[in-house]
Amino acid sequence: MGFEQIIFYLFATALIMSAVSVVTVRNPVLAALFLIAAFFSSSAIWIMLEAEFLGVVLVLVYVGAVMVLFLFVIMMLDINTDLLREGFMRYLPIGLLIAVVIAAEMILVMMSKVFDKPIPAPLPANHSNTEALGEVLYTQYVYPFEIAAVILLVAIVAAIVLAHRKRPINTKSQKPGEQVRVKSSDRLRIIKMDAEKRAGS
Amino acid sequence: MSYIGHLIKSFTLFELLKGLSITGRRLFSPKVTIQYPEEKTPISPRFRGHHALRRYPNGEERCIACKLCEAACPALAITIELEERDDGSRRTTQYDIDMFKCIYCGFCEEACPVDAIVETRIFEYHFEKQGENIMTKEKLLAFGDKYEESIALDRVADAPYR
Amino acid sequence: MDTLTAIWGSVPEFLQTFIIILLKIVAILLPLILAVAYTTYAERKVIGYMQVRLGPNRVGPKGWLQPIADVVKLMFKEVIVPSQANRFVFLLAPVIALAPAFVAWSVIPFSNTMILADINVGLLFILAITSLDVFGIILAGWASNSKYAILSAMRAGAQVVSYEIAMGFALVGVLMFAGSLNLNEIVKAQSGGITQWFAWPLFGLLVVFFIAGVAETNRAPFDVAEGESEIVAGFHVEYSGMAFALFFLGEYANMLMVSVIAAILFCGGWLSPFEGVDWLINLPYVGVLFGHGVHWLLLKTAFFIFLYLWFRATFPRYRYDQIMRLGWKVLIPVTLVYIFAEGIYIGWKMWQASHGGGLT
Repeated sequence: MGFEQIIFYLFATALIMSAVSVVTVRNPVLAALFLIAAFFSSSAIWIMLEAEFLGVVLVLVYVGAVMVLFLFVIMMLDINTDLLREGFMRYLPIGLLIAVVIAAEMILVMMSKVFDKPIPAPLPANHSNTEALGEVLYTQYVYPFEIAAVILLVAIVAAIVLAHRKRPINTKSQKPGEQVRVKSSDRLRIIKMDAEKRAGS
Repeated sequence: MSYIGHLIKSFTLFELLKGLSITGRRLFSPKVTIQYPEEKTPISPRFRGHHALRRYPNGEERCIACKLCEAACPALAITIELEERDDGSRRTTQYDIDMFKCIYCGFCEEACPVDAIVETRIFEYHFEKQGENIMTKEKLLAFGDKYEESIALDRVADAPYR
Repeated sequence: MDTLTAIWGSVPEFLQTFIIILLKIVAILLPLILAVAYTTYAERKVIGYMQVRLGPNRVGPKGWLQPIADVVKLMFKEVIVPSQANRFVFLLAPVIALAPAFVAWSVIPFSNTMILADINVGLLFILAITSLDVFGIILAGWASNSKYAILSAMRAGAQVVSYEIAMGFALVGVLMFAGSLNLNEIVKAQSGGITQWFAWPLFGLLVVFFIAGVAETNRAPFDVAEGESEIVAGFHVEYSGMAFALFFLGEYANMLMVSVIAAILFCGGWLSPFEGVDWLINLPYVGVLFGHGVHWLLLKTAFFIFLYLWFRATFPRYRYDQIMRLGWKVLIPVTLVYIFAEGIYIGWKMWQASHGGGLT
């Protein structure tokens, strides 16, 4: 057993264990932590498959950005776990059915001829996964890629529109842009005047 | 126009650089730190440090137990008991200052008609056990005897301004 | 000696790789931890000097042993776990805060050959790993079960996520010029002396990168996460002893990290600025110092670290909404415009090259 295999099994077990823990752990924050661990292990496995760009992007996007927001939400909400567990027995049959269907589908897909290819020869050491991806994305798939980008932009705009609340007109708020533009002459007026004598003295 | 000026000013980070230049210059300027145990700052003759009870040159204690200092003390740190001595003079039997209560305001010294209780320029002292913070008459007198020279010099130096 | 090589030969191959990697990690981490310790000393000294004070000078000659004394003190303090805190996460958080700060150093090219992992996506790797730092802060804030801590965690989280974007864009500018994500390739793309550094054409991006880096590491003037005037000490109020020391170590390791990246991406890393000045390099004895080497990287890093300290001594803390405005409304548009202009420039160069300069 080589060094790589040991590493692979290490990350594979870590991936499966943390994936199981995500659904079994009671504390939602711990569940999110295990999800992070799962992302991490899977990215390590991708890197071992010489897909280093995808592996690192997985960490960057999912762990670095998505999970941070996820944790935010979980920490802010006061989740009542008892309430969530209430219908467990009632929904169990449906859940099991769906799980079996998904498993069967995945097995069927994996057994199909599509994946029945010879193992590709290992790439030379200086092969850049990033460059290959970029070349494909910006030549062959340039339109799907740009359309995906536009759809994402639309989604962002839509999310903002949906979540945006009209504030009452008289709401006061600070405008930092105007505040930093302020000069001392806007706020302070120095007046030159002669000394005056008080009438009494 | 002023808007463009503001834009140029903020994008060249002009004001930030100005601030940096000030601290940058200070990096090389001579330092003013006093290395305390080795170096000490000069102390005024009016400095209000540790208390002391003084004596007359003939060895008689000055304090006449008038209790003006006790009355003047805003922190109620002074406790005085008195009795008449055999020669008919009023003297204290107890003169305690609680150094934890004392706020070193110097009112006791100002109230004293005979310059008995004074605050010296000594400020480096400490207590190691509970109860040591109570300065008794004996301790105060001994303190006064020990530093009489500097106490007297300070009074002389300050006399023209009183 | 023969017996030693014999023993080494009998060790299975995967263990050999493992041991060699482990030794390399130790060789990077030990100087790093020492550097962190002495960065704290430098910080106190530099800020002291800027405030016309002397700074620590009592422990050892000129205070050189001060960081050691601090470490010893922190080690002997008790780690107190608040009664209502989530014990597991509370103790895990400092480790999570520290680990990414160390992991990122594995891809740093200290010199042409001194790299632990010379991976193709080094720059992205660093971005990905540094984005994990925020978890330590968020988890510490949540697990402490304290209002101050969670407020600070929220501030730090939002701040780090927003400035990551500006930082990433600033890095995009560099990799457009270098044409590679490999850090060593980026360094080599700047060879040819001080004039070839990316710092000159990309000066704006360097400024943006460093500002974003300061915000990313939650340092003054962007240290609202630990603004002691309003939320005591932020996410680490409840931490003491070694648990607190780990946060401290992580923060300073991150500072060093940002400085090293700035040195590598914009100032030619381990390249000598005097490349091409042959008479200087051919000088007897001292000529080696003017050649390429790890000392140039250290020197450049030290410069950026000094900038960190200088900023802290100079600028007052930003207000939180001003931080957000600076990140989203100033830095991101500036980098976008810069990258756009850079793209046009590179496109023009390529067009010129393919047409053999026919236009002129």
